[in-house]
Amino acid sequence: MKDFWKRFRYNRGAVIGLFILAFVIATAILAPVLFPQSPWKMVQRPFLPPFTQDGLMLGTDALGRDVMAGLAHGAYVSLLVGLVSTIVALAIGVPVGALAGYFAGRTDDALMRFTEFFQTIPSFALAIVLLAIFQPSLTFVIIAISIVSWPPVARLVRGEVLSLRTREFVEAATLSGLGNTQIILRHILPNALPPIIVLASLMVAQAILLESSLSFLGLGDPNIMSWGYMIGAARTVIRTAWWLSFLPGMAILLTVLALNLIGEGLNDALNPRLTRKSE
Amino acid sequence: MTLLSIRDLDIALPVGADRLYAAKHINFDLAAGEILCIVGESGSGKSMSANAIMGLLPQGVKPVNGSITFDGKEILGLSEREMLPLRGGRISMIFQEPLSALNPLMRVGAQIAEVFEAHGALNGAERRERALKLLDEVGIPDPDAAIRAYPFQLSGGQRQRVMIAMALALEPDILIADEPTTALDVTTQAQILKLIEDLRKSRGMAVIFITHDFGVVADIADRVIVMQKGEIVESGSADDVLLKPQHPYTRALIDAIPRLTRGGDVEEVKHTPILTVEGLQKTFSTGSGTLFGKRRVVKAVQDVSFELYAGETIGIVGESGSGKSTVGRCIVRLLDPDGGRVLMDGADIAHMSGAELRDQRRKLQMIFQDPFSSLNPRARVSRILTEGLIAFGTPKADAQTKARELLELVGLDASAMMRFPHEFSGGQRQRIGIARALALDPSIIIADEAVSALDVSIQAQVLDLLAELKERLHLSMLFITHDLRVAARICDRIIVMQKGRIVEAGPVGKVLHDPDTDYTRSLLDAIPGQDYERALAEAE
Repeated sequence: MKDFWKRFRYNRGAVIGLFILAFVIATAILAPVLFPQSPWKMVQRPFLPPFTQDGLMLGTDALGRDVMAGLAHGAYVSLLVGLVSTIVALAIGVPVGALAGYFAGRTDDALMRFTEFFQTIPSFALAIVLLAIFQPSLTFVIIAISIVSWPPVARLVRGEVLSLRTREFVEAATLSGLGNTQIILRHILPNALPPIIVLASLMVAQAILLESSLSFLGLGDPNIMSWGYMIGAARTVIRTAWWLSFLPGMAILLTVLALNLIGEGLNDALNPRLTRKSE
Repeated sequence: MTLLSIRDLDIALPVGADRLYAAKHINFDLAAGEILCIVGESGSGKSMSANAIMGLLPQGVKPVNGSITFDGKEILGLSEREMLPLRGGRISMIFQEPLSALNPLMRVGAQIAEVFEAHGALNGAERRERALKLLDEVGIPDPDAAIRAYPFQLSGGQRQRVMIAMALALEPDILIADEPTTALDVTTQAQILKLIEDLRKSRGMAVIFITHDFGVVADIADRVIVMQKGEIVESGSADDVLLKPQHPYTRALIDAIPRLTRGGDVEEVKHTPILTVEGLQKTFSTGSGTLFGKRRVVKAVQDVSFELYAGETIGIVGESGSGKSTVGRCIVRLLDPDGGRVLMDGADIAHMSGAELRDQRRKLQMIFQDPFSSLNPRARVSRILTEGLIAFGTPKADAQTKARELLELVGLDASAMMRFPHEFSGGQRQRIGIARALALDPSIIIADEAVSALDVSIQAQVLDLLAELKERLHLSMLFITHDLRVAARICDRIIVMQKGRIVEAGPVGKVLHDPDTDYTRSLLDAIPGQDYERALAEAE
């Protein structure tokens, strides 16, 4: 664990990413305290530019709502969607991949064709279709994102398991009389964890982007203030009030960048052999 | 005439390694046309010393002191650019694993031509011609076909020949060979050694040969350097070092060599078969055989039958690809045999499944080859040893007690329980593997190349341990190995396999000293260091 932290810290980008993410998380948690009022409430005249009035540092939007409050509450939504949908995607993808890789043969064929069925449809188009069928609430946004993002997990886990199951320690476990479930859970998956963790960190970023894109198109939960919705609403006034699109855009950019940097750092720290020159 | 001379070379390891220097006070000279063997166990610094000559030390490992003079010029500390003409041009190197040293996506001819290209020598057509000549010189049959082959289409021995051809391309003065035959079968090893010897004669090239095998040393060395923990403990002419070793470490290493010379005086063992294998078959096939490529069928095991008696050790020997490991795996059902029966206590394991198989398999445990991949890197030793017992319903506390006893039995401290596998050395890990195999109180142990990955001295210890445990616990053992010397040391009977079939079977003394088949004879002849062994035996 100490080694892990040492190697992680060595990647300066990853540490910066961690700081940005910590800031976003803090904002999300503190949003209800700092901005107790609903972000939907009109507080001033519309199109107030940033830094022109005390208490409304980032100005107001087309309906006179506080942009800063919107960003803070949006952070909560983005992180929630990113995290929960990744967990759900892992919960689908890891078992599918593990079963396919471990049992191989027909099980593998069946599960992988099923996975490919999802992979052949462009994920964003599928998410749109799913949300068009469901009602657009936060729960369904999360479900839609999970459904389109589990196939790569299944693929990755399958590959890892395929190579691990022929290792001698797995054979030894078989000879010791361990059942399949025990072998998968105790011998194979723990050794397949590092790449899964790295992928998960990148999936959170992907999910945040997806959620923003969906909200931008107006397919998000209409009762929840999110970054994507803010950009979508400001789209029509981009020439007169560019900051209304720019600020939430920056928020998305920084958060996704932070997660990608962390992902890379995790990759270096968890796969020390693949790390570039250590000088 | 001295070609290369190393004086007081110290190579520092990165801070935090288990010792300060990879190699310290290295002093030796190499004359033109001489074969110098550097012998030592893994981690003795023998490869590091050779890599230092090429300027190919790993990250963080640096020469800190001393000098390396080649042809009168100091080459230690030359820049990368200045090293380039030397590498491959004047000094070249071959490695242990020819498959990973060759580019899998490049044809053999192109790889050889690349060497000329890198040094700006010759034009396209000449390069091809030289490549052909080199392939012919290193004894590859049908060079015209080989030059268009990809590395995977060649056998291990042929790949090593290609590597040698590449190393020889620019007619170097020195060839550094780092364990070039370790990954090869005995018969192939003998051929490669002969090739190196011949090339030395015909080209007057100096060779630095790094190995851990004293048999190989005895066969080719002019001079020998013995290294231990980064220091040279003994050096001298081959005869002096091998027959009159001065340093206790050299003596220990020589004593540890498994010898073929063993009497055929094995008493007839009681004939109660504990395991009967009848007509075992296993066929592997690749490719679907339909539109997408030809179906390739490999008959790995064909009609293999034998009986293992209680308290006996049978050695199954053969070259790689002879199907010896497949037999072991079919018996424990890590692979499903296609035909035949495996009878244990009258029950046929080959056709069992589910709970029945699980219960029978308790008595049949396996020791694996690679001590680094046979233990789960994320499990503590206590879990590795108790898991099987717990799976068969032993209470956890009892299993823990048993695990501690097992560790003691294999010569490890009970404090090992809470540690992870990476904290142990190769030999210790293999002991843990043995303890795991014994956890379920088996009556038959199948050891698949169980000592092949270990250094000779450790190998001897592990073999002694196995022999002792076998006596104490009344085990029967199937010992699968490619090394006849190892088989000679531990087995009562030997089965020789070739291309999936048993070609010869019989008591150790008979098979090793009076074999019936030419194949066994060729295996025996290929064992390195036999003259030396005889000389040693006479000296004793």
